[in-house]
Amino acid sequence: MTGAAPPRRDPAWLGRLFWTGAALVLLWPMAVATEFRPWVLFAADSRGPMLRFLAAFLPLATGSEFLGLVARETWRTVAIATAGMVLALVMAIPAALLSTRVLSVSALSGRMAPVPAALRQVSRWALVVLRSIPELVWALVLVRVVGLGPTAGVFAIALTYGGMLGKVYADIFESGDTQVTRQLLANGSGRLQAFVYGLLPQNAPELASYTVYRWECAIRSSVVLGFVGAGGLGQQLDNSTRMFAGGEVATMLLVFVALVALADRASAGLRRALA
Amino acid sequence: MTPHPAAAPDGAPCHQPPPVFGARRREYGSGIGLSFGFGLGLGLGLLVFVVTSFWSLDLQWRAFFSLDAVRGMARFVGEFFPPELSPTFARKVGGASVETMAMSALGTVLAAGFGLLLALPASRTHDADPARARAPTRLLLNALRAVPELVWAALLLIAVGLGPFAGTLALALHTTGVLGRLFAEAIENAPQGPAAALRTHGVGAVSVLFYATLPQVLPQLISYTLYRWENNIRAAAILGVVGAGGLGQLLSFHMGLFQMGRTATVLGAMLVLVGMVDAVSHATRRVLAH
Repeated sequence: MTGAAPPRRDPAWLGRLFWTGAALVLLWPMAVATEFRPWVLFAADSRGPMLRFLAAFLPLATGSEFLGLVARETWRTVAIATAGMVLALVMAIPAALLSTRVLSVSALSGRMAPVPAALRQVSRWALVVLRSIPELVWALVLVRVVGLGPTAGVFAIALTYGGMLGKVYADIFESGDTQVTRQLLANGSGRLQAFVYGLLPQNAPELASYTVYRWECAIRSSVVLGFVGAGGLGQQLDNSTRMFAGGEVATMLLVFVALVALADRASAGLRRALA
Repeated sequence: MTPHPAAAPDGAPCHQPPPVFGARRREYGSGIGLSFGFGLGLGLGLLVFVVTSFWSLDLQWRAFFSLDAVRGMARFVGEFFPPELSPTFARKVGGASVETMAMSALGTVLAAGFGLLLALPASRTHDADPARARAPTRLLLNALRAVPELVWAALLLIAVGLGPFAGTLALALHTTGVLGRLFAEAIENAPQGPAAALRTHGVGAVSVLFYATLPQVLPQLISYTLYRWENNIRAAAILGVVGAGGLGQLLSFHMGLFQMGRTATVLGAMLVLVGMVDAVSHATRRVLAH
């Protein structure tokens, strides 16, 4: 044993240095492309309005008239999400049935016949297309067609979530045990009977749980839709932000956070009860 | 538990289909496990909730389901065609797509950095760790996470003005909340052995982090970050509609001017971008799963 301590340097310093350098080189063009200038935050001319806006957050706006408005808009936000989900279900359930391969009678004996196979493929593609257009884009387009207000929000949620739910329902039907359903079909039951007695009871908890989870997501997105004029809490939040009414913004942000937390709790509780 | 008639053990034919609702379905390991009363109450409650929702909104059904509306909508969709594909405009859309990607990437990188910084006080690494900052830091992370990107963007426009910087910051703020929480969970769930070994030898907290905890959780942190990046590309594409840069800003600008051909091009670019992200992530997952 000699007294010399082992060298206290990092054995991997070269690699660390290289990756740090490479990351900086990669990030540089991105910072340029996004006009990343953090000092703008602290520039004198933007600091003034920002600080005044933030200072106005307190005290919260608590006028009884304003609170009434917030309560009404909060309910509208929830109602937009719920109505949108119901319309989405109206669209998703038939579409999911139409695109489920398990419910094919011709597929029982070998290959599915070409026409039903094509029909199932087409309805599946339609669902994927509906799903891949974000609800905010639907809302932007629909606000142009039907004007400002909750109608655009409800139908925007219905279209995107209809696609999402239909696709996922069909996937759930096909991923589980399909033995019962095939047996029913082979013994001469109709497709709807086979669905109601075979496929549905088997997958009911998963379907219910996914639907509740999506309802929670719909509440979140219905707030966001308000920013393009689709009604509800988001629209009021946008108005107050434009008017630099800090107290109103702060109140509505708090209400929104509470609403999301409540929906989160309700959804978790329901899903536990249904599982 | 009384046996359900459909579950006759001797293989007798089933006369009665198993109900979707009802506690007795549990015997089959499927169906929804609710008692009849609770199921009925829940169903009635839901019905009232849905009817009140529709009633209180008074939707303009006629705007959608009348002949006039269908004609109006057809004309509206017709205006999208032909999409404008002139080289100058295509270059502009390409630039906006690059901007969208850059916003999402930079926002995610910033969020991963700040998320890790906040995850450290938000996690209790060993039993003797007092972790006094844990509760307040988690509260901060939850608040950051609860406000959606678009709302952050609308608020940040006041501070930094129109443009992609506001969008980048908005993505970074929301994602910091999400990643910080996930990172904290990962750090708390990491195996304690290596860190405890270093700690008993008197190694300092920073070294313990860099030589024991971080190497263990790094793969998980990277996979969380990549997953959020995928989400953020989608979010960045639409974030701009409030004026925060990227394809969204171009979309709301041209739609506001009723230049429908240009709007169609931007919409197409958005769909291609989102579709590409979906395809790449799907393919990556399949490769990683095998």
